[in-house]
Amino acid sequence: MAQGDHGTPYPYIPNSAPQVREDMRRYIGITDEEELYAAIPERLRCRQRLDLPPRLASEHELATHVRGLLAKNRTCEEYLNFRGAGCWQHIVPAVCDEIAARGEFLTSYAGSPQSNLGAHQAQFEFQSMLAELVGRDAVGVAMYDWGAAAASSLLMACRLTGRSEVIIPEIISPERRRQIQAVCGNTTTVRAVGYDQTTGRLNLDHLAALVGERTAAVYAEVPSYLGIVDSAVPEAAALVHGRGGLAVVGVDPSSLAVLAPPSSYGADIVCGELQPLGIHMNYGGGLAGFIAAPHEERYLAEFPTFLIGMLPTAEEGEYAFGWINLETTHYVRRDQSRDFTGTMQGLWGIVAGVYLALMGPAGMRELGESILYRTEYAIASLSALDGVTVPFALGAHFKEFVVRFDSGRTVAEINAALYERGIFGGKDLSNEMPALGQSALYCVTEVHSKEHIDRLAAALKEILA
Amino acid sequence: MSDERRLLKRRYHEAAWDEPVIMELGTPGERGVLLPAVEPELKEAVGDPLAKVPAVMARSAPLALPELSQPAVLRHYVRLSQMTLGNNVSIDLGLGTCTMKYNPIVNEQLARSPKVADLHPLQDEATVQGMLEILYRTEALLKAISGMDHFTFQPGGGAHGVFTNALMIKAYHRARGEADQRTEIISTLFSHPIDAGAPATAGFKVITLYPGPRGYPDVEALKSVVSERTAGLMITNPEDTGIYNPHIDEFVKIVHDAGGLCAYDQANANGILGIARARDADFDMCQFNLHKTFGTPHGAVGLAVGAVGVTEDLEPFLPVPRVVRAGERYALEYDRPDSIGAVRAFLGNAQTVLKAYAWIRSHGAEGLLEVARTAILNNNYLARKLSEVQGLSCPYPENTTPRLEQIRYSWEGLHEETGVGTEDIHDRIQDFGLQAYHTSHHPFVVPEPMTLEPSETFSRADLDEYAEVLAEIAREAHTDPAVIRSAPHRSAAGHVAPEAAKAAAVTWQAHARRQEGRGV
Repeated sequence: MAQGDHGTPYPYIPNSAPQVREDMRRYIGITDEEELYAAIPERLRCRQRLDLPPRLASEHELATHVRGLLAKNRTCEEYLNFRGAGCWQHIVPAVCDEIAARGEFLTSYAGSPQSNLGAHQAQFEFQSMLAELVGRDAVGVAMYDWGAAAASSLLMACRLTGRSEVIIPEIISPERRRQIQAVCGNTTTVRAVGYDQTTGRLNLDHLAALVGERTAAVYAEVPSYLGIVDSAVPEAAALVHGRGGLAVVGVDPSSLAVLAPPSSYGADIVCGELQPLGIHMNYGGGLAGFIAAPHEERYLAEFPTFLIGMLPTAEEGEYAFGWINLETTHYVRRDQSRDFTGTMQGLWGIVAGVYLALMGPAGMRELGESILYRTEYAIASLSALDGVTVPFALGAHFKEFVVRFDSGRTVAEINAALYERGIFGGKDLSNEMPALGQSALYCVTEVHSKEHIDRLAAALKEILA
Repeated sequence: MSDERRLLKRRYHEAAWDEPVIMELGTPGERGVLLPAVEPELKEAVGDPLAKVPAVMARSAPLALPELSQPAVLRHYVRLSQMTLGNNVSIDLGLGTCTMKYNPIVNEQLARSPKVADLHPLQDEATVQGMLEILYRTEALLKAISGMDHFTFQPGGGAHGVFTNALMIKAYHRARGEADQRTEIISTLFSHPIDAGAPATAGFKVITLYPGPRGYPDVEALKSVVSERTAGLMITNPEDTGIYNPHIDEFVKIVHDAGGLCAYDQANANGILGIARARDADFDMCQFNLHKTFGTPHGAVGLAVGAVGVTEDLEPFLPVPRVVRAGERYALEYDRPDSIGAVRAFLGNAQTVLKAYAWIRSHGAEGLLEVARTAILNNNYLARKLSEVQGLSCPYPENTTPRLEQIRYSWEGLHEETGVGTEDIHDRIQDFGLQAYHTSHHPFVVPEPMTLEPSETFSRADLDEYAEVLAEIAREAHTDPAVIRSAPHRSAAGHVAPEAAKAAAVTWQAHARRQEGRGV
């Protein structure tokens, strides 16, 4: 059995067995392993034992300890959750979890087009199925999240146009705004376009005043951060095209069987979030972004994520699958590259592919319709309550909408009361968007039955009474 | 079983299912999973759900996704998994710089708990105390391991962690009014290429130091490039060659004296856990790949974390939110005016942090030292074995100190003798059930490179097997070079010409268009 020189075995370290170690030392020709650290000067050696808590040597002790910590969490399975705002509760098919746990995928990394053919093919299939949703035929391996994908899409637009100014909506998730500012801000000017106070749509007059010959791209979202299916986006795309810039559109792909592919209304680059496609929220660790663009040389050469391609083999009609764009990334170009890729969220891309394959065209259509139905029903149910309004409700909403409380109670108070009734209320917007007063962003998906929405409405009625 | 048969798996063949691309599978009307039906009363109350959607934004053409039953989807993906040589299946010590190691099953089980999976990142702090405590405790573990004062787990991988370091260097100089002056980052050729790529993306000019005869740049080379323009140093150590730069603290001092910051990319930390710490060489910041050193899975290129550590002085620049302790409770802090902002939404891959927490706790301080000691012992054992392979050498012979946890070898000798080079051997090794190895990042300063990193996961028998396969291929290079050049022969698919990637389609749609002669 493997064990350290000092007692308890290490199940994950085969060569900790004392006899093996002794034989290996003899083979190398050393008596003391200290001889192997000769490169590290004594002044840099750490001679004290690391100050760590005691080892939890057995699996049982470890699991008991970790489960003890986790027991303090209250989950969206235990509570009725209406919080979205960048991460959304959806149904996760069992097969998605099964494939995510396959050890062959889970423990694989870089490999050849042949040795990792399976993982690569699964990535390629994800790229292909997502391309079907967004209407752009070049899709990369899943990257960090929507915000990171938006930021990298905007940098890509700057490289493609040779310009250095981008315009993003004033109404955007604070996480995405921080990411775009952090990632692009050092090399790019980031401006914000305002919104129409009545409809919540992009303010096209303001946009027309902002877009100029330095504008590399306008970035817009469908649905917007507040869930609005913004009919101004096609005009925004036309506007930036007219000035020689690119249109970058961020989407929630769970909407794309009912909503048009962004390419159809002018998006050059499409980005967005994969988490709705069969991935648990994981406290935000379920997020994974994507980038899609036209399958043209100039776009492929600027792609900031790995691309998996189909590679013909020596045998007629046979294909392997492998990474095709290392040569344009920092892995080869080092400091001559202007964005970077690396280990991102590859596994979630595979899972999103599994989800799309399970759902098929009919399932995705039902998903989109179900969310539209439930969102509309929730908007109608809540806006019927005294002291509650739903701003921007004239246009279509997908999955999210603002609920404004004019009853004198704060969102914090209302959410506390909802929590007592087993409900996680919407995200508090009162600090983030003070213009909306005491408002919260509510999220409804296919997990919310009519009974759930009725329960929320009844709870709010009681609380606001 | 004979030793020969055990060491050289000549009967090995990877699963080769000739599995069609999923777009070719299925039949109209098949379906893999159902959703709850929309309740009739709800439907009636709403009417047409698409009524408010502007016509231009409603989908007109139906999606051309495949239609498959559930067993068909499952079988397809299980077959694809069988054509994937993950570390659970193969001896994946060939991916040098990637630190492939065992990913404990119990940690996976813990992370899949609904108490993690079904948490929303914007839940009230009171409802996620367990998760916040794990993040806080993991921070404390990494502080002890590195000597740094604070950590963030927001970056989604090693490259992202290095980029975060570059952003903080920018923010630091900006706060001091020196951002316009300090525009240069110094790195070394054998640091991971992200140490050049990330600062370039952040808007820095990058100066790359090339190795001297001992495999690392000398102090004079560094002195000749530091100036009032120096923003910082971004470096790995040991570098991707397994060579440790013993002057690292002098490097740090020189850059500090010039007014720059020093960021330690600890992508190669597996050999120095408990042996040397970032803080003891006076680094200002560092980053660890949890998916390398701390035993969390690589996940087919994902679900990674680049854990970024900083000294107290740089703490204000860390991304938001920060997990803080307020009495007996854990809380999130957003209001931090000097912060670089965010590089990922929320707290990043929290489930990966949990796995790293479990991994560290299952080892303890002695265990971490055992990890590093074993990684170094394994590497030197394998090096001794491979020293007997003809045509293979260990570069920088002038540097006689033992390499640490990995080595960038060179097949230059074999290539000169037989014409068989590292790309050929990279393909041939798969025929023995071993994952194709990492050659090197670019440029190939070491000719015909091969980078091996036998982490603590691999047994002596694994190392013997790996060495025997390489020895066999070196023999083949003399007796039957054609079999190597046309490899692989026993993988899921056959030989791919190097130029194939140049014209590859990245989606089925682009491929189909090309087949029909309709352009790119």
